[in-house]
Amino acid sequence: MPNIGISIKNLYKVFGSNPNAAMELLRKGMGKGELLEKTGHVLAVNDICLEIEQNKIQVVMGLSGSGKSTLIRLINRLIEPSAGKILLDGEDVRSMSAVALRKTRRNKISMVFQSFALFPHRTVIENVGYGLKVQGDSRNNIKKYAKRWIDRVGLSGYENYYPTQLSGGMQQRVGLARALTTDADILLMDEAFSALDPLIKAVMQDILLDLQEEIKKTIVFITHDLDEALHLGDKIAILRDGMVVQNDNPQNILLNPASAYVADFMKDINRARILRVGSIMESLDSNLEGPTMPESTTLEEALQAFVNFPNDHAIIVNQDRQKIGMLTIGNLIRSMHRPDSKQIKASIKEEKLY
Amino acid sequence: MSFFDEFPSLDRRGLMELRRTIDNEFRDFSREYGEALENFFDPLLQFLVGLEKLMISAPWPVIIILVGCFAWAGSRSKCIVVGSILSFLTIGYLGMWEDTMATLAIISAATLICIGIGIPIGILMSRYNRVQSAVTPVLDIMQTIPSFVYLIPVVMLLGIGKVPGLLAVCIYALPPIVRLTNLGIRLVDKEVLEASDAFGASPLQRLIGVQIPLALPNIFAGVNQTIMMALSMVVIASMIGVKGLGIPVLQAVSNQYLALGLMNGLAIVALAIIFDRVTQRLGKRLQKHGALDH
Repeated sequence: MPNIGISIKNLYKVFGSNPNAAMELLRKGMGKGELLEKTGHVLAVNDICLEIEQNKIQVVMGLSGSGKSTLIRLINRLIEPSAGKILLDGEDVRSMSAVALRKTRRNKISMVFQSFALFPHRTVIENVGYGLKVQGDSRNNIKKYAKRWIDRVGLSGYENYYPTQLSGGMQQRVGLARALTTDADILLMDEAFSALDPLIKAVMQDILLDLQEEIKKTIVFITHDLDEALHLGDKIAILRDGMVVQNDNPQNILLNPASAYVADFMKDINRARILRVGSIMESLDSNLEGPTMPESTTLEEALQAFVNFPNDHAIIVNQDRQKIGMLTIGNLIRSMHRPDSKQIKASIKEEKLY
Repeated sequence: MSFFDEFPSLDRRGLMELRRTIDNEFRDFSREYGEALENFFDPLLQFLVGLEKLMISAPWPVIIILVGCFAWAGSRSKCIVVGSILSFLTIGYLGMWEDTMATLAIISAATLICIGIGIPIGILMSRYNRVQSAVTPVLDIMQTIPSFVYLIPVVMLLGIGKVPGLLAVCIYALPPIVRLTNLGIRLVDKEVLEASDAFGASPLQRLIGVQIPLALPNIFAGVNQTIMMALSMVVIASMIGVKGLGIPVLQAVSNQYLALGLMNGLAIVALAIIFDRVTQRLGKRLQKHGALDH
């Protein structure tokens, strides 16, 4: 069993003048559409259950209006949940007093925002040290830790600049450093890289992955960009209309989409770059010999490797170099083929979504 | 048809009764509490007298240097510093030094009082919508009611002198700073506030560390407006016994002394321009976070 960092249980958020009354109606079985029509209340997050693993990157992916930005704000209660539980180390965020909540926000959860949300009247180093300043840390400590993270995100020399003097990518590095300086276990990233242009975005993604190797935080990363989700996520939860339609690792989401909606999302993805041979290998013929390939090889890399292989198969090995399966060229090519919509529809039973 | 020809108003006796009752009630009130109120405002009077004495008795070069320093601290502009010093020298040369000092004293006191009262009210208004909807109409009244109208009860209560004058100035000059503090805090970017919340800032930490600093340009626009309005009340305040540049203006009006009126009027204008330019520059500088320093 993996350790759970954040456990979300039956979480609801209703926007409107009387959320409690609306919750009553929902419990009696009223649907989202009817609720909006009859009472004007919007059901943004609908019965979400999500176990977020410790030290992993959980991506929450959805289109605009799917409730993803609401969901992330429910975790640190920037938005008040209407019902349900959010457990951090067994403690429910919803039942915390204002003081306990502040303490949790100071020490346990930090956040990176889509539009950076830096303090324009503070310099880079003051922005980065803000979390510690709020905690009442000493001036020297603030400076020391802030400096460390500024260096770590590659902004050395910009300590005394103001945010408006920096480019978007640099501003978000400040945002990231500010969130990391409090050394909270949980990092909430709300479309953190969505406002950046593609090149800078890729750089920031690599910085994040690189940092995660070292810091091992529990990261909740919100995005609407599927490539980003597949690149960063240890797990990806796909959100639609305030509900999680699938939560799985990228390999499984690509290979076994839970619904046509998910499959349709995945259809333009370059599978060769995402899928790894470990997830498409066949069981091993015991006496087969041949070149070996680690299970984490992507299909793209495998294709390259096959060019130089003498046979049309390879033996797949795990981290400890034990043989765990085999891959043939035929299998490889079949796996790279993108199923078209008809095939998707045929392969999925529950067909109410279209 | 007489109903439509003539407005169905209260008859003369009724009207008289009404006015007389209000007048008597207020007269009784002022007899009963006038002295208590005067005692209450006594520290204010002492402060005002002290400030005026200090400014008049201070050697004039010291004041000139202070004016220069004030202009430089606010505007960082040589042009404005030189302009302010030249205006003060001219004012002194034309024999208006003492009146100008008296006016400066009451303006400074009024501005300080307005800031001290106005900013907290503005903060409360920005925090609670209810306070905002209660205070806004009061501010509207304060700004639009003819100043002579509220001079009546003020004089009835406190008589003629510096304190009622100061109160009259404050009533007129208070609204802008309240309004602009409220507005400035409400205009602070929601995302930035969210960030401050997300890092666990308490409401007070958020107010002092984020909201007020980001609202400062607007708050300074409010201070600027407050000073301007206080200056524009100088002449009216002099009608109830406030010393300063307003007195010669009043004399000039009643005796048709053109030159006297013009000189003192222009001295008020000079003060207004100096205060305006300095506080405006300061507000602008506060807005450009770091942009001027690099």
